[in-house]
Amino acid sequence: MARPQSASRAVQALLIVALLALLGLLVATTRAHLEERGIRSGFDFLFEPAGFSLGESVLPFDAGDTTLRAFVAGLLNTLRVALPGAALALGLGILLGFGRLADNPLVRGLAGTAVNAIRNVPLLLHLLAWYFILTDLLPAADAPLQLAPGVFLSKSGLALPWWGDNGFEIPELAGFGIDGGASLTPEYLALLFGLTIYGAAYIAETLRGAVLALPEGQRTAALALGMTPRQAFLLVLLPQAWRAALPPTTSQLLNLFKNSSLAVAIGYPDLMAVAGTSLNQSGRAIECLSIVVAVYLLLSLLGAAVSHRLEKRSLRGGPA
Amino acid sequence: MNFNMLRRRFFGDPLNALLSLAVLAAALLWLPPLLRWAVTNARLAPDAAACTALEHGGACWGVIVEKARFILLGRYPDEEAWRPLVAAGLIGTGWLLAAFRHLPGRTLAALLLAPPLVALPLLGGGVAGLTPVPTELWGGLPLTLLLTGAGMAGALPLGIAVAYGRRSRLPVLRAVLTACVELARGIPLVAALFAASFLLPLFFPEGLALDMLWRVLIAIVLFAAAYLSEIIRGGLQAIRPGQLDAAAALGFGFWQTQRWIVLPQVLRAVAPSIANSAIALFKDTSLVTVVSLYELTGSLSLALSGDPEWRPFYLEAWLFIAGVYWVGCWVLGRVSRRLGG
Repeated sequence: MARPQSASRAVQALLIVALLALLGLLVATTRAHLEERGIRSGFDFLFEPAGFSLGESVLPFDAGDTTLRAFVAGLLNTLRVALPGAALALGLGILLGFGRLADNPLVRGLAGTAVNAIRNVPLLLHLLAWYFILTDLLPAADAPLQLAPGVFLSKSGLALPWWGDNGFEIPELAGFGIDGGASLTPEYLALLFGLTIYGAAYIAETLRGAVLALPEGQRTAALALGMTPRQAFLLVLLPQAWRAALPPTTSQLLNLFKNSSLAVAIGYPDLMAVAGTSLNQSGRAIECLSIVVAVYLLLSLLGAAVSHRLEKRSLRGGPA
Repeated sequence: MNFNMLRRRFFGDPLNALLSLAVLAAALLWLPPLLRWAVTNARLAPDAAACTALEHGGACWGVIVEKARFILLGRYPDEEAWRPLVAAGLIGTGWLLAAFRHLPGRTLAALLLAPPLVALPLLGGGVAGLTPVPTELWGGLPLTLLLTGAGMAGALPLGIAVAYGRRSRLPVLRAVLTACVELARGIPLVAALFAASFLLPLFFPEGLALDMLWRVLIAIVLFAAAYLSEIIRGGLQAIRPGQLDAAAALGFGFWQTQRWIVLPQVLRAVAPSIANSAIALFKDTSLVTVVSLYELTGSLSLALSGDPEWRPFYLEAWLFIAGVYWVGCWVLGRVSRRLGG
């Protein structure tokens, strides 16, 4: 068996040389292109003034701040929409999944239609529709819809009671706009609604798939023990199904996180949008994109690790 | 189903009864105004003045009539419009045949993979006396179908190759391919498209400058191949060792075993998953609008955003586009189910 071993060593060495040669060629052509266009390379631009402003930011930011701060603000904006989006999608998805599994034909039909209608349309189209509804069809800020006391919806977004400079503030109409409390922009809302609804439809399918994959005997046995169909579902089927549903559900939540990059299409300044703007501003394409790729990869790996631990825990807590 | 059973299903216990009543009440409340908007008060004629007079009390389906040419074919020159129509027809016919006819595997593969490759020169021209049309002018439905079809046609062989590479005896090859696949699966498609738009031109030597369409196609092929390779790898792992022993006993070599024993079983087993990947890609092609390619979604925005007269009727045009995607997904979903999914 010595010969195949040494042969494969030689092939591997050849492979490494070929890969290095390819890499060298890429570096050489890239360097030539950059020189020709007079673009410097390096990450020093991160510490220079960004020269652009952001539509909105949790982290206070203006054009004089460093590019690094812009990237951090972009990442925080991504998390600000992805985390609540994931929580809402999970809740709505479980509800829709229950609906699809309901005994009641009306509920089942309604949930089924909704899930199929949502899943068969690209997420970008969902976002564009929400954006149009929120910016074109709603009334202007001087005559907003009042959803509840202190909650106003208009072309300039959603105003909510929140802690402001003067403690807890309740928004009120003031002249041409709304004063006080917190306000969520139409871009943020469109992205949040789109991600939530699209993600929920997929999570509902995951849950339904996990329940339907259980052996039919489980339900029959539960019914034979005198349980009602609802008891059988909640006490016998669901506890088993949720373990099977866990890995695909976390991968759906990771998808939601990656999908939040569609923010660029409707002008919400998430990480991807900041990278795009900064790239146009500085010409540092390689640097900007490698930051984005590194952050997404890191957070994806983190999510995968958390999901793995959850899985192990749920297996350990299972029946003996 | 008798009356008692119906009653139990809809009003079996208080919660069930409450849900039934809620759904019925919502239907009574919402359906009549919806029907009034979509049917009774709606306008079919492409008359912007009459549509504006409705003040959104009725749908203005006329916007679809007015903008259909642009939304469906994008900026492709009018006098050559038959070419994108034929291209879309070819790809679409392949999908429909795969969804509605029982066909042998090889015919099926040819029907799905060949039309996009024919569509490329048909749209591009420069061959067989066709006028060249620059790729920037391609758009609408043919571009959506082309990106999906050609993307899958390119990604499938690459995905198979990567799946085999990851089972190779060479640790270096395995490590490199695993890193590439995990990289592609960890980033959003938008990032890959940005890379295609801004990085690829830097990587290619002078004189090999590619159009945006080709760069985006490369990104899509690589991205889809990463996902397909995982599906195929799963299929390869499911092949029982006995199959390989039997092939060896019959005197089959490595390639013969793969060609006649392993791949046919793997492809049959994972065909539904591959079709599901095609559905995902079909929807994901809408993202190419962020790098200025105007497929179906992009041409919708292009058609309406610059036109204040028709812009108010965006939702009606949106419903039309959503309907086109819905039908496309439904057809591909049928293909998936027909393949045993």
